[in-house]
Amino acid sequence: MRILCCVKRVAAPGAKINVTADGLAVDATHLGFATSPHEECGVEEAVQLTERHGGEVTVLTLGPPEAADQLRYAASVGAHHGVLVATDGSAWDPQRTAAALTEAIQDLEAADGPFDLLVFGNESADSGGFQVGVRVAYALGRPIVNGIKGIEVVSETDGGVVRARREIDGGFEVYELPMPAAVGVKEGLNLPRYPTMRGRLASKKLEVAEVASGAEPGGQSLVRLHRPREAVTETVVLGNGPEAAPAVVDVLEELGVV
Amino acid sequence: MLLVVLEHDRGSMDEAAREALTFGRGLAAQMGAPLHAALIATDDAQMVGEAGAYGAEAVYTVVDDVLADFSPEAWGEAAAQLIRRLNPEAVLAGGSERGNEIMAQVAARLDLPLVANCIEVQPDNGAGEWTMTRQQWGGSLLEDARLDSERPILTTGLHAVAAERAESPVEPAVEQVEVDLDPSLARTMVKDRVVLEAGVTLSTAPVVISGGRGVGSAEAFAPLEELAAMLGGRVGCSRAVTNNGWRPHSDQVGQTGTRITPEIYIASGISGAIQHWVGAKASKHILAINIDPEANMVVKADWAVIADLHEVIPAITEEIKRRRA
Repeated sequence: MRILCCVKRVAAPGAKINVTADGLAVDATHLGFATSPHEECGVEEAVQLTERHGGEVTVLTLGPPEAADQLRYAASVGAHHGVLVATDGSAWDPQRTAAALTEAIQDLEAADGPFDLLVFGNESADSGGFQVGVRVAYALGRPIVNGIKGIEVVSETDGGVVRARREIDGGFEVYELPMPAAVGVKEGLNLPRYPTMRGRLASKKLEVAEVASGAEPGGQSLVRLHRPREAVTETVVLGNGPEAAPAVVDVLEELGVV
Repeated sequence: MLLVVLEHDRGSMDEAAREALTFGRGLAAQMGAPLHAALIATDDAQMVGEAGAYGAEAVYTVVDDVLADFSPEAWGEAAAQLIRRLNPEAVLAGGSERGNEIMAQVAARLDLPLVANCIEVQPDNGAGEWTMTRQQWGGSLLEDARLDSERPILTTGLHAVAAERAESPVEPAVEQVEVDLDPSLARTMVKDRVVLEAGVTLSTAPVVISGGRGVGSAEAFAPLEELAAMLGGRVGCSRAVTNNGWRPHSDQVGQTGTRITPEIYIASGISGAIQHWVGAKASKHILAINIDPEANMVVKADWAVIADLHEVIPAITEEIKRRRA
């Protein structure tokens, strides 16, 4: 199988999230960066699929030169190739991002043949536009379903069929997509592995292919980021040990949930 | 006209659709335009009536063999054709996972921008641009954005507005619209559904009792299970717990898990990183149990017990048993 995984480099926040002075980006000085969680699971799934069915995983990202770190991380857990669509680090809107990724995938497919499966994160952890994967799949004529938390190849003949599970309240939906296909995946798809020492060494040797994009900006543009005004909560401390239990049950009774 | 595309699942309207109608009522008034609604794949009279109760003056229904069950591509194409036909000034849907997915399909097909998860919108006042505030990081951060589009397509942030019926309900005019759907669009149709559990789920439970890293192991969730069962609630957990493999991901409350809306959320041994807070903040009340009085979850809670959850949770269970006896 030839699988392509799109990933996004995002800040790795803890208890709160600050904005740079110009209001155009998250201040990541004390945060560091990571692969957006849905996509980290996407890479793991792609690697597992090639371990089972053979083939190779190509990881594609759009971002500043530093986003090559996320490609190297993917290589350290088993991905084979890394491609970076380089930007100046400014936030690209979803239409422009999708156009640039579409163009990059078309070029990769023209050179080495079509991908059987395109894997996108359901939405990025930071800007959360909920659309890049759908736009790319539509532009390439591939079927796509979002919200996927289970993937299985059920047929490899005649292009093949991928069975995908989508979690719904109290159960899941099953889809069967004819390949070449695309999926928007969510965390919970699997538990991503940690890089091994051998993986880390392999990732150092990864040759990151860097490509440029001439995609034009779309209609949505960022003006500024700001933190929401938070309601100040007066926390009532009910106690400092198990002797607080009666006070807790009083609260539960008051709310009518006991 | 402002067109609200209503999300529904096998006969019942989704809460996100009610939120979108509520938000849309205000937006339509700002635009000086009527509020209309679209039902894809159904002409269910009860849902038409509900759209009217939320202020929709007209409801367009699309029914077709290719829409026999949910298919993001077929629903997206049907909505796109409906929009081309009706020519609304703007289109809105609820920002649920499915709502955002359908609108992404619509925007791709119409080659227009989609602004997802808006919480405030200023329609064009002659300058040719709309401005809005939308959620990033699941709502932990806000983005002021500008939109240059001939037809704004928007979704509302999930649970960012509370669904509220119109003061004076209307009897909507119903019009069935014909679309031309290629049968190949059924390639993304739901093939099967598997029900894993009946009864309350994490997103519908009136009480959710979550454990975090502080619980310590998979086995140590047993007292939380006992208390949840007693209260007709569900056990949830933080991302640290699923990353440790202590509980399945479907139990995770958070930005990458479930957004819950219980009457009370009992968060025990959870520090309250933003990723978790995003999933918890729509709870009506929050009780935090934590040994750290400075933990983010404690500071944001209505009530707190500053103690070891392993002692407090069983004590709460015992107290309920004692009062019930």
